[in-house]
Amino acid sequence: MCLAAAMRGSGWADRCPATGLHKSWANGHAAGAGATETLPAASWLCSIRGQGSAGEAVAQFNEMFQGPGVETEVRIPYARLKDWVATMPQELRSLKQAEAEALFRRIGITFAVYGEGGDPDRLIPFDMFPRVFSGSEWARLERGIKQRARALNAFLVDVYGRGEIIRAGRIPARLVYQNEAYEKSVAGFVPPKGVYSHIVGVDIVRTGPEEFYVLEDNCRTPSGVSYMLESREIMMRMFPDLFRENRIEPVDNYSEKLRRTLASVAPAKCKGEPTVVILTPGHFNSAYYEHSLLADLMGVELVEGQDLFVDGEYVWMRTTEGPRRVDVIYRRIDDAFLDPLCFRPDSMLGIPGLMDVYRSGGVSICSAPGAGVADDKAVYTYVPDMVRFYLGEEPILQNVPTWQCGKPDDLAHVLANLPDLVVKEVHGSGGYGMLVGPKAGRDEIDRFRAKLTEDPGNYIAQPTLALSTVPTFVEEGVAPRHVDLRPYCLVGERIELVPGGLTRVALTEGSLVVNSSQGGGVKDTWVLAE
Amino acid sequence: MLSRTASNLYWIARYMERADTVARLLEVGSRISLLPSAHGYRSEWDSLLQATGMAHAFARKYGDPVQRNIESFLFFDRDNPSSIASCITAARENGRIVRTALTTQVWDALNTAFQELKQLEREERSKLELSRLTDWTMRHAAMLRGAIDATLLRGPGFNFLNIGYYLERGDNTARLMDVKYYVLLPRVDFVGSGLDNYQWTTLLRAMGAQRAFHWAYGGDVTAAKIADFLIRNPQSPRSLATCTAGLMNHLGRLAKAYGRETQAQETARHLAAGIETATVEAIFDEGLHEFLTRYIAEAATLANAIHDSYLSGEMR
Amino acid sequence: MRLTVDHLTRYSYDTPVRSVVQSHRLAPSVFTGQKTLDWEVTVSGGTAGARHRDGAGDTVQGWTIAGPVTEVLVRVRGTVDTEDLSGVLRGHRETVAPDCYLRETAPTRTDAALADLANAATGADPLSLAHALSAAVADAIAYRPGVTHAHTTAAEALALGEGVCQDHAHALIACARARAIPARYVSGYLFATEDGTPHEAAHAWAELHVPGLGWVGFDPANRSCPDARYIRLGSGFDAQDAAPIRGIARGGAREAMDVTVAVQQSAQ
Repeated sequence: MCLAAAMRGSGWADRCPATGLHKSWANGHAAGAGATETLPAASWLCSIRGQGSAGEAVAQFNEMFQGPGVETEVRIPYARLKDWVATMPQELRSLKQAEAEALFRRIGITFAVYGEGGDPDRLIPFDMFPRVFSGSEWARLERGIKQRARALNAFLVDVYGRGEIIRAGRIPARLVYQNEAYEKSVAGFVPPKGVYSHIVGVDIVRTGPEEFYVLEDNCRTPSGVSYMLESREIMMRMFPDLFRENRIEPVDNYSEKLRRTLASVAPAKCKGEPTVVILTPGHFNSAYYEHSLLADLMGVELVEGQDLFVDGEYVWMRTTEGPRRVDVIYRRIDDAFLDPLCFRPDSMLGIPGLMDVYRSGGVSICSAPGAGVADDKAVYTYVPDMVRFYLGEEPILQNVPTWQCGKPDDLAHVLANLPDLVVKEVHGSGGYGMLVGPKAGRDEIDRFRAKLTEDPGNYIAQPTLALSTVPTFVEEGVAPRHVDLRPYCLVGERIELVPGGLTRVALTEGSLVVNSSQGGGVKDTWVLAE
Repeated sequence: MLSRTASNLYWIARYMERADTVARLLEVGSRISLLPSAHGYRSEWDSLLQATGMAHAFARKYGDPVQRNIESFLFFDRDNPSSIASCITAARENGRIVRTALTTQVWDALNTAFQELKQLEREERSKLELSRLTDWTMRHAAMLRGAIDATLLRGPGFNFLNIGYYLERGDNTARLMDVKYYVLLPRVDFVGSGLDNYQWTTLLRAMGAQRAFHWAYGGDVTAAKIADFLIRNPQSPRSLATCTAGLMNHLGRLAKAYGRETQAQETARHLAAGIETATVEAIFDEGLHEFLTRYIAEAATLANAIHDSYLSGEMR
Repeated sequence: MRLTVDHLTRYSYDTPVRSVVQSHRLAPSVFTGQKTLDWEVTVSGGTAGARHRDGAGDTVQGWTIAGPVTEVLVRVRGTVDTEDLSGVLRGHRETVAPDCYLRETAPTRTDAALADLANAATGADPLSLAHALSAAVADAIAYRPGVTHAHTTAAEALALGEGVCQDHAHALIACARARAIPARYVSGYLFATEDGTPHEAAHAWAELHVPGLGWVGFDPANRSCPDARYIRLGSGFDAQDAAPIRGIARGGAREAMDVTVAVQQSAQ
């Protein structure tokens, strides 16, 4: 019967008219690209020494106890946790652990690694044993982090302006101007309030009661803050008593502070309450949950490139009521994907014309395009110099000591101590082209010796450090595991830091890899009220 | 509200409603195939597939319409964009994108359906009764609907979800009726026969409306009564009248909230008027198939108007 | 010299596009050698966006064209008084550090042949070296239209031994960088005199940064430095970066482009 055939054309297999594709596909594909957003990189960890590498016993600082390795006297910030652990029955612990996992899964905070196979809804393990800082410890960290964030922003304004620090000979011109992350297109532009990096994630490790080192600065779009917020939510839900006993500074005002920070850098052309949006590469991005959480907590729209367009002097978003002007874009995509007219003509992502609007003051972009030049591996070495140069202060937080092999004295030292050092390529990433002295054989060391001699300027070297540990729930009970810390410093009209951050923990015994894709977990980070 | 968000909500509803319909279709098909027929049971399935516009894709992949394959194709096959698995996955993915525009209950309903679907996919196929699969689908569709009605803020998002539901449901009702009237019936002289009535009853059953129909009309099942029930009766939850009234209502609320009318409201009014003014006699004079085809085309025009006015973000 | 420009670019699309966004570097540079008397850019159906002066001193103007359209016309008309400064870009305000232009891009990558060409050049001082490099490029790549295309690299053009002004400029940039001289691509107009100079009126050349002088233009294609016949518009790392018009259309149409440029001398 031909009547049936006649109906075929009218398409019951209906398609999304927007794209001609079925909706689920239409929304997806391209979104995988666009942002190489990751949690803190794991590569540095190779530069940190664990237990007695190279055969010698290294004293590791366990943040809960006084004295090296001897679990006797509990340090004050952890005093109350001692009883908490001691009195917690094994069954309760398993119960709570399962509860925590269920809560994480329910709220949907999973770590999706698309394109790598495996379970896209994988959870990052959560360890219930908190990491604790005393008020005074934090006060010092806070001063150090804010100082660093100020210096990094001053540096960015300078190198896109007159470049005084280069003229003064404090940092080589080559490192800045020939850096891939240096955006010529924003030279001569000062963003509102003189801020390039609005959220500075400073990765910190500890080696002793007073010894903190900065491993890396993240001036673009540091991720992981959702873990800080959700870990706290879950701990408060599961262990309300702990919070009554311990006077723990809250972190849940982070989203409000973030919103205020973003609103404070609205362009001068914006009158009234600025419209802020978060720009995400899409739901296939591994940090999509975080993007949507922050949008939700701040009460702002979560947009993709396709939701925004340029018309005349402004950027607009497509709404059901017609175009609505956007004043501040908190972007979670890389510079290269912001504007195909400016950066990547082949990119289908991004908003054509955005950079012209930005440069003429019609919209603010956070972090500002070009901010990446401040968190480059080679530039990192000079951050203490930036602190001195711009602020006239001594740096409160130290860098991991770094030898520039391009300098003859440094090279001599490095060549003489190769078995104890970690050697990295200046522009390498992800652990490629790296020598881990204490773990390397003689051949490998000799090979690097040759490379270093041939092209010393391409390498830096760092000592190995004994990373601190924090007690962690493991199969057999509680045991020390290595940790790092990423606090999130907000820079706008004011500079603010919520008391806390993301503590990541290497769950495997002796492991230094806190990376979530390799068995790393997260902990709640406490700062005690003084 | 972002146009893309509205679009995601609208498609959540359309996909879930479509999954529900596919489940009903499977039920109709399996019941009808139990009947002796002039063509053998196979052609019934073939007609069903043809009516839904999926026959070609099916034939390419499976060849002859064997019931087992049809079940796979309509329930599990991810290559078939209208399979229940595809629809539920797409609805859930659309939901994940606009997670913050949903309540926990709505998200739970979507996510649970998706997680259970993954379980079902792991089960051995021979142990899965068709009725279990269709019941399961309809139950989850109803749970989502319930969660939306019970918990969602009555803002624009709620309206866009409902617009998606009513548009899809009206379209599906029209198609199911058309399947019955011009496809299932092998020859015109069967009209009014015992077989014909049995098929009508099956259709009512598939729409979960058999009892409601009897309460409302009583007496024998006739084509005229059924047409009245499924097209004109505002009490019937799946009737075209109910769907167009729902569309008018939610588009009206949007116009009010936004302070302006668009092409969508005008098109919806036209669609609704066509249903309200049509008498059963007029429908049969025009020809039921012709009437339904016209409805489907006009509903598609409305879908385009809604897209242009609200979902595309092109509206100035 | 008083030069008038009439420059029309026509973009046509085989199916209507929903919108077009463009970014223009179509205003004459502001420096001692150029005085703009009048200058007008019009875009059919276009809304002008905000204008800014970028770090390299170029005036950048955004445009948006609401669709559906099948054709966009960009017309540039104006008059400029020019002065011969022997290629020196005097009085040009910019913030980008010259060292920035030591960065390599795909079309200006230095291969072994380009490095050899660069290293063979000699000069007693940086300026003479720059002249020597420009001459070397002019010798190595003969002017011949039609053999290269928009995406030909400097290395490819040198291997061919033929090319147009874009290839000359790319090759000179690559050679200069090989000798640690910052170099950049410049786009503009050239008044072609009646002596039969075959080059198009839409022209491109390179600028090399010479200590003491600043940026100095070199046009290997014409074996000269820019003089009063040249109108400078903007600069960049390479042709793409310095493009006078960049644009993107929304919608899946195929785009065709047609350009006509006339540069004439007019009475002072």
